[in-house]
Amino acid sequence: MPHIPLEEHLPGITGLLEYRQDTAAPIRVLTQILLRGDSTLTQGERELIATLVSYRNQCRFCTTAHTAAADLLLNEAETCEAVKQDFETAPVSEKMKALLAIAALVQQNGKNVTTEAVDRAKKEGATDMEIHDTVLIASLFCLYNKYVDGLASVTPTDPAFYTRLGERIVNHGYTRLPGGYDHLKK
Amino acid sequence: MPHISLPEGVPGIRSLVLFRPDTGQPLYELAQILLRGESPLSPAERELIATYVSFLNACVFCSCSHAAAARYLYKDEQQTVDLVLEDYQNAPISDKLKSLLTIAGRVQKDARTVSTDDVALARSFGATDRDIHDTVLIAATFCMFNRYVDGLATIAPAKDDISAYAQMGERMGTIGYVMPKPVSASV
Repeated sequence: MPHIPLEEHLPGITGLLEYRQDTAAPIRVLTQILLRGDSTLTQGERELIATLVSYRNQCRFCTTAHTAAADLLLNEAETCEAVKQDFETAPVSEKMKALLAIAALVQQNGKNVTTEAVDRAKKEGATDMEIHDTVLIASLFCLYNKYVDGLASVTPTDPAFYTRLGERIVNHGYTRLPGGYDHLKK
Repeated sequence: MPHISLPEGVPGIRSLVLFRPDTGQPLYELAQILLRGESPLSPAERELIATYVSFLNACVFCSCSHAAAARYLYKDEQQTVDLVLEDYQNAPISDKLKSLLTIAGRVQKDARTVSTDDVALARSFGATDRDIHDTVLIAATFCMFNRYVDGLATIAPAKDDISAYAQMGERMGTIGYVMPKPVSASV
């Protein structure tokens, strides 16, 4: 049960974002720009970073939701699963491996990102903007994971819930639905 | 030295939001609403939570600058800030704030460890839903800011550069969180 009263039909992050909409607005804008805005990283690659960080923070809600989004964007489920298990052997580019390694260090503590880790990414062709975005996506998902778990929001167990959520994240993005979420009430 | 090419001579978060202003804008908006907007917690109390979390994450720039902002806002009781960082359970703050700092500390370490007992204790000292929500969101937000600032190895004045941080604290305590102006420098 959540630590504070949240709308029952809005488990996970959505109930929290609806609970305090004035703080939710910039969080949503930031996420939309970072994960869906112009970037030399694909949307699928950016969702892989979000998923890896959520997985390492053991946030079940965020991990399952962003896995669903990554799988949809990549048109297959193997890559995301492999990234979670061991990104060094996953079927992603050497540049992505280096960026995922940076994200994994950020998840522990920003200070853990070494010059060697950054040099590796640069050597594999990563730009300053890609390194910046990787660090900010990883940091932002530490916010999300801690927000969701710190207030004990509900984690649905029905896989169909995440299929629908993944579709919403991919097809609509991270901005608030124009009409709100009342239509999700049973 | 920063891991990427940032505007020279600009410290911490300011260099990052100048590097990418379109993501910087919502980051500053979030800080302003969360730390200065409407809340049952005073801006000084909220800066204290931000400072405590940044201190636990060992982020020099964030902990020193928010400590300075908290000192500025605590005015005559500015020693409170250092007493909290030393040992908040024995600092001259309310039991409610102590119980909220406990929750903030759990969020910093592993948010899944915030227990029903932690929340019940805070409620027994008068904490409302919003106090608890805002504490968790401030703690989570500073886990983001700390990682962003340290993950890209931004520059920061030395911990003991009291006057540099006092200047930042005064700015944060008066005008709040406003995007820095672009520097007309070399980069």
